Amino acid sequence: MLHGYLPAILGGLQSTLSVAATSLAIACLFGILGAAAKLSASPAARVTAGVYTTIIRGVPDLVLMLLIFYGGQIAINKIADAAGWGYIDVNPFIAGTATLGFIFGAFLTETFRGAILAIPRGQIEAGHAFGLTRRQILTRITLPQMVRHALPGFTNSWLVMLKASALVSIIGLDDMVHRASLASAATRQPFTFYAAVALIYLALTTISILGLRWLEARYSLGVRKVEFR
Amino acid sequence: MIDWSIIAEALPAFWDGLKTTMLLLVIACGTGLVLSIPLAVARVSPHRAVWGPVWLFTYVMRGTPLLVQLFMVYHGLAQFEAIRESFAWTALRSPWFCAWFVFTLNTTAYTTEIFAGALRATPSGELEAARSFGMSEGAIYRRILLPSALRRALPQYGNEVVMMMHATAIASTVTLVEITRVARDVYYNHFAPLESFGVVAVIYFILTFGMAGLFKLIERRALRHLRPTASGVA
Repeated sequence: MLHGYLPAILGGLQSTLSVAATSLAIACLFGILGAAAKLSASPAARVTAGVYTTIIRGVPDLVLMLLIFYGGQIAINKIADAAGWGYIDVNPFIAGTATLGFIFGAFLTETFRGAILAIPRGQIEAGHAFGLTRRQILTRITLPQMVRHALPGFTNSWLVMLKASALVSIIGLDDMVHRASLASAATRQPFTFYAAVALIYLALTTISILGLRWLEARYSLGVRKVEFR
Repeated sequence: MIDWSIIAEALPAFWDGLKTTMLLLVIACGTGLVLSIPLAVARVSPHRAVWGPVWLFTYVMRGTPLLVQLFMVYHGLAQFEAIRESFAWTALRSPWFCAWFVFTLNTTAYTTEIFAGALRATPSGELEAARSFGMSEGAIYRRILLPSALRRALPQYGNEVVMMMHATAIASTVTLVEITRVARDVYYNHFAPLESFGVVAVIYFILTFGMAGLFKLIERRALRHLRPTASGVA
């Protein structure tokens, strides 16, 4: 199938998936930190988080990726030069996942912030009245319910990020899109290979939607729904 | 730190790139707007044969990366001899045509879903009132459904236009010299990331919030009837 290039494309799929999964982990980290900063009592933290989410919303992901990849390359080598370490090559995997994680962390910041705010204040107060520690309130009241409120926004960010992961091929990562371009050049059948990649992305999207829908149903088990007659 | 002479020298190129970016945005969003209104009406139709194909189109376009869609058309069309031999080949192979075609289809898919969502949010009383007045289905769409749905969709549509403006950066991968391509060229000539990507990042930032402000103005005008009044009664 695909003139024997199917294993190569699937190898690229592996690298696409590891880029997406790593970026997601970084994005969640930035999202949690960002949400904590936005809800914090310290004005400096709130302003920093505000600047972060505003800048990310204003600049295309590709431009940020190029800026961080090439800018990081030069900045790191200036430092390395001064320290006398010689030339350091920035790994495109690290640059790509760091950029995607940084960008989508801003979207998750808003998602997590909204999810935390959606939990009624009375429940937190009840927790305090029962003598729960702050940690217990976080793990037993806030987090389990936050998941339910955060899932729709999380699903959306994940789907956008999955598609944005195709951009890492531009900074030289050997992902699915890059493999498809190599196979197209060798076989002169670019349409076939890009269509195959598009279909794989569509399958990933579909699996993600179904999986996250199942999760949403699980986390909403105790929620009464409006029943229309 | 920043070499201003590089920026000054590249300023005319940045300006030309900015014009290309805006032109691409306007023609793609313009065509997309025209296409997505009838498609949104079809999307909310009760007949599966009508909404099914539209659903499939938006699902496929929204489920695949824009970069892959663009490569499929720009690099992919040459695979078919019938297309290569056709009289339209010179037009079909140009990056302008490919970018316009793909960006239009992409924004049409998102815009169709936005408008369809706004149509579904129509209060059923409005529709019942129009029917009891004896309006034809066409008149209902023209006078009741579309004017209020398109207004309701404005905030989300404004977001979509901004997202599309950011997406035009992807056209830099098919030799179209829009502003990101200019930045990449400046970068390769001077190896100065701040003076190239940093500058366009600032330009995109200004464009984003300029456009967001513009849409806020349009919303304020178009949604004036929904604003709370001083007495608290609309």
